[in-house]
Amino acid sequence: MATCLCDAFFDDVARATVEVLEYLGCEVEFPEGQTCCGQPAFNSGDWPAARKVLRHLVDTFKGGEPIIVPSGSCAAMLYHGSLLAFEHETDLPEVEKVGQRTWEVLDFIVSGLGVKQWEGACEKKMAFHSSCHLRGSNSAEAARLLLGSLRGAEILPFKEQEQCCGFGGTFSVSFPAISADMGLLKLQNIREVKPDLLVAADMSCLMHLRGLSEKQGNPVPVRHAIQVLRDALVAEGKLR
Amino acid sequence: MNTEIPSHGQPIDRFAAAISGEVYESVHSSSAIKSDKRQALLAGDYPNPKHLREIAGQIKQHTLESLDKYLPQAVESLERNGVRVHFAANGEEARQIIGSLLAARGAKKVVKSKSMATEEIHLNDYLAANGVDCIETDLGEFIVQIDGDHPSHIVTPIIHKNRRQIAKSFEKHGLGAYNDDPETITRRARKFMRDKYMSADAGITGANFVVAETGRLVLVTNEGNSRFSLAAPKLHIALVGIEKLVPSDRDLSVFLNLLVRSATGQQFTAYTEFISGPHASGQPSGPEEMHVVFLDNGRSDILAGDCREILRCIRCGACLNICPVYRQASGHAYRSVYPGPIGAVLSPLLAGEKFPSLADLPKASSLCGACNDACPVNIPIPDLLLRLRDKGKREHAPLASRGVPPMGGFAGLASQPALWKGALLAGHVMNYFPVEWVPVPPLSKWTAQRTLPEFRGGEFRKWWKQRRQR
Repeated sequence: MATCLCDAFFDDVARATVEVLEYLGCEVEFPEGQTCCGQPAFNSGDWPAARKVLRHLVDTFKGGEPIIVPSGSCAAMLYHGSLLAFEHETDLPEVEKVGQRTWEVLDFIVSGLGVKQWEGACEKKMAFHSSCHLRGSNSAEAARLLLGSLRGAEILPFKEQEQCCGFGGTFSVSFPAISADMGLLKLQNIREVKPDLLVAADMSCLMHLRGLSEKQGNPVPVRHAIQVLRDALVAEGKLR
Repeated sequence: MNTEIPSHGQPIDRFAAAISGEVYESVHSSSAIKSDKRQALLAGDYPNPKHLREIAGQIKQHTLESLDKYLPQAVESLERNGVRVHFAANGEEARQIIGSLLAARGAKKVVKSKSMATEEIHLNDYLAANGVDCIETDLGEFIVQIDGDHPSHIVTPIIHKNRRQIAKSFEKHGLGAYNDDPETITRRARKFMRDKYMSADAGITGANFVVAETGRLVLVTNEGNSRFSLAAPKLHIALVGIEKLVPSDRDLSVFLNLLVRSATGQQFTAYTEFISGPHASGQPSGPEEMHVVFLDNGRSDILAGDCREILRCIRCGACLNICPVYRQASGHAYRSVYPGPIGAVLSPLLAGEKFPSLADLPKASSLCGACNDACPVNIPIPDLLLRLRDKGKREHAPLASRGVPPMGGFAGLASQPALWKGALLAGHVMNYFPVEWVPVPPLSKWTAQRTLPEFRGGEFRKWWKQRRQR
């Protein structure tokens, strides 16, 4: 599943996901009818609208194969949020099945495929922002494990690391002051350790942090973890 | 208390934007320090703190779901210990019960140790209106009281104040010349309080736990003020929410270990009191008469609803300390006795029919889940916030949908692939005019402080198609 953000803004992240999975020997499908996970409506409290989107998703992703998502947030919507949205609905079992098949991509690589280290190099100091919706899975550990195994890579710890970046979907526009201040605090803590690159497993956090920093006139370079892994393979000549 | 609702925008966001740098600094640094201490201590003391939190959550959940058994058992145990038990359906009843107990003994001077339940029923205002002189004995609560302020945190009521502000209050209220040394402030409060303790007619407390099996009342403090509140007075009244029960003494080992670590980052508080009834013969001091007032005030309704897990709460404040929104907004932003993530769930629920007046509180979260991870009784706070958002929307509470883009159109788009693909292409128009000048929310709310990335709708699909054709 590409996610709506990658569909609209960050095509290279979806592309990197496909390339990495194929490199690892997976056969990748992209159901053309896919749209969004329904989280914007769910978090806004419009559960009927969220269910409408989710029913479409269940329909689009028929079958038994794992559903791989380059976003901890969309993945969590499918294995956790959707169950809440459907707790009183008769089609809960179908939604549940989709949830059970869903993986955040880094968690899938490490816990699903058993890959414990990555080939190639990345001679960079990285700040890894552990996006909040990785909490429900092993994704954060997986990301640190794979990124940390790259030759020359260094992952820098920074202050208040577990704190949210302030994006929060529609929260970012309905609570604009708090959202921006949370993001600016996060940027301040990240800049303090002087990383070459800010890495995360959710483009939503990176869109917010990058957007804030660019508006300040001092844009931080950002990359999704799956892009870093793909780039390392390309540099090593393992991928075209 | 701040009850003001601005005419537009989310009230908590507006409040956060307006707080002073001093308040922000006090709240942010103190919360961050407490969170760090809590995490370090739990990780150092237990091989699997998460497991312990889960057990604590299960014990509390079990107790709540069997309250029909444990509440009568607690009453029986308390009465066996010589305690008189009362039930108050709401704040009004609780105030009247406490008022008449005081009147019956002619009690005019009261010392009170920190209790959120008494805050919830606004007991101080009631007592003052009835000519009872009631002094808060917890230092933080005392400062709040002399300032005519309200607590902004459930454990550290003056987290929003720094020592300079406190020193000024002491000076203003005749407690010595300006001196912002914390030890001096504490000594002065202590001296002032001693006389109050000795001359008080009654002591009012809450309870951290009440054990159903033994009728034991447990109080934890760091200042010893609740002990003093019960030393000289002849009357002890404890106001206790019905959710404070635990089944047996054995369960206290789980809860005391978790509560204190989660609340203040200590292994144990300086004082942990186990009160098993009024003054027994042979004891040198203690109240002759002890009453427990069990407070419902909306709790039964919460128990019957789909957010009942919130009643597990043991009022440690860890969710406030870790919450990034609370750290930005401070406790007074929540317009209620219980602030932060726990308050964003509990306050609108306790409001009952007045839910719409606090329907914005569950919105004040990025749903980051840090509160759930911090909670010693494993309350799924984000899930409960989401349920209340759904409730707000279903009940058309205007405050629930303020500033939130309507989702009907989005759902239509996201359930019809042809329209979706069309929108991915049409969206490219965004790249050809200055979107930052569009004065329409939600776009304008985003672009006021952030740039938008280049719109690349459909690019991945194009790449995918070409790759397939090769």
